Amino acid sequence: MEPILLKAEHEKNSRALTTYLNRGGYSALKKALIMNPEDIREEVKKSGLRGRGGAGFPTGVKWGFVPQDSPKPKYLICNADESEPGTFKDRKLIHTDPHMLIEGIIISSYAINAYTAYIYIRGEFYEEAQILEKAIAEAYKKHYLGKNILKTGYDLDVYVHRGAGAYICGEETALMESIEGKRGQPRVKPPFPAVVGLFGCPTVINNVETLACVPHIIERGADWFASIGRPRNTGPKLFCVSGHVNRPGVYELPLGVTYREIIEEHCGGVRDGKKLKGFIPGGSSAPVLPASAIDIKADFDSVAEAGSMFGSGALIVLDETTDMVWLLENLLTFYTHESCGQCTPCREGGHWALEIVRRIRRGYGRPEDLETLERISRFASQGMTLCPLGDAFCGPITGVLKHFRGEFEAAIAKAKPLPKKKLPVLPVRSGRGTFGM
Amino acid sequence: MSVAHTQPLTMAPPELLREVHFDDEMETKISELLKRYPTKQAALLPVLWLCQEKWGWLSSGVLKAIADRLDLSPAFVEGVTTFYTMYHTEPTGKYLVQVCTTLSCQLCGASGLVEHLKERFGIDFGETTPDGRFTLLGVQCLGACGEGPVVQINNDYYTRLTVETLDQILDELPE
Repeated sequence: MEPILLKAEHEKNSRALTTYLNRGGYSALKKALIMNPEDIREEVKKSGLRGRGGAGFPTGVKWGFVPQDSPKPKYLICNADESEPGTFKDRKLIHTDPHMLIEGIIISSYAINAYTAYIYIRGEFYEEAQILEKAIAEAYKKHYLGKNILKTGYDLDVYVHRGAGAYICGEETALMESIEGKRGQPRVKPPFPAVVGLFGCPTVINNVETLACVPHIIERGADWFASIGRPRNTGPKLFCVSGHVNRPGVYELPLGVTYREIIEEHCGGVRDGKKLKGFIPGGSSAPVLPASAIDIKADFDSVAEAGSMFGSGALIVLDETTDMVWLLENLLTFYTHESCGQCTPCREGGHWALEIVRRIRRGYGRPEDLETLERISRFASQGMTLCPLGDAFCGPITGVLKHFRGEFEAAIAKAKPLPKKKLPVLPVRSGRGTFGM
Repeated sequence: MSVAHTQPLTMAPPELLREVHFDDEMETKISELLKRYPTKQAALLPVLWLCQEKWGWLSSGVLKAIADRLDLSPAFVEGVTTFYTMYHTEPTGKYLVQVCTTLSCQLCGASGLVEHLKERFGIDFGETTPDGRFTLLGVQCLGACGEGPVVQINNDYYTRLTVETLDQILDELPE
């Protein structure tokens, strides 16, 4: 496949406006601004573009939920909070071609009649925020942004809003809270952001990669876009490959390639000639799949059928030396750290699960531990929490227990009983004196 | 890249930040930020960033000044500040050495870096060296998993590190 989103990857000075214009940049914007916003929404719907942030929701359908008769202002938010372990495509895209993203933001804002757009970028991406600020300033200067864009009468302001270190702010309602100047705690849904979103107004939130696809759909048409990939899973996709491979990195491939092709052909196989043990197909919250699943197709529907999640397309490759108990401990540490603390199943469940896995790894596992882990993952997922962070920490648990249960059982079989410590008895104070010492 | 290109942070002394008033320059910057949002409260995160960049850390005096400026309660501002891990309510060292400890970096050898750093500095995560030069932090995924292991020093990413290249970078950092 010809590179589309990463076309400028090897170009010198690819971030500058002049080189972007030489590549034909902002011509989709000129085309879009003489179209009817409704037609743009229809075109994107027809292209079959699905959200690249992880959920895979059809973008055009999402845009359609915005009540166009609402008297309130409408907002577009570009989600650049890229925090799911294993995902680093948006960073790459911003580094390579920030103007493509900005063009996508302008066209998308026009399509939903928004006059203000925010780019929410994670706090750690300081350099990337500066790249975007610079590109935005260039776009203002050339009247691609601001008042009366290209003399069409359309106004749009784009602002960069930096987060400050919170995974949860990648969740759309937490992200809006964070822009509003609050703690990033997810809201109750419904109402959905399309109706009551940022500052109580209709809001669309799209991922960086999703928005970067939009200029290409306008430029070359929905049918062209839909011809890439497979039915219902259309378009190019940025795959982020990390872990035990020879050539980790971001690869642009059509949806529906097999994991074998990605790992063996593009990434040069497993590192040091080792054997593949398994892989995590869609960011660390996706259940791990065993090596035998290597021939499944990398797209939203195929991975879901295989019992995992395609997510953001972040592929973490694990070789035969990977200790799955260690892996689960590492991932649970992440999700426990990142829980916002609002919902009990996530806040407490994560800690319980982590403590159990730690105990197993230190050689003090108990036979009933695996059942307890399974119970936790049942009680904290599937709608038991306000946002998907509950599901996110349960994914790794169900994945490893399904495919690598033996490792846990072996660790538990070898376990010794916990050394009995004499617990100190706390003194009880009452009006009549102190007891229990 | 294995050439150190990070500048040291400067921390305002605590006695200077006991009571804070924004000067004209800060006031201009804050009014610029306020124009971006329909509510004053929404400027809270950018203003916190602005103050942290100016003074290095956010004392309760700074938080109080921000609260007054944005018509919020100091308790609310502190609640928001402490929710996010990148705002510092205590002075840090000149260099914030943040090691990614999440899966992909670990698969590429981050734990070796962690051990080495703890030994080199003689401190644990969350602590600062006695000379005030380095603060060591273990952080969650930095979003550069393809180039692991990754260490972020102040605002800059250093990728594909080994103990040797990391040592070289630390040695090269300016005073």
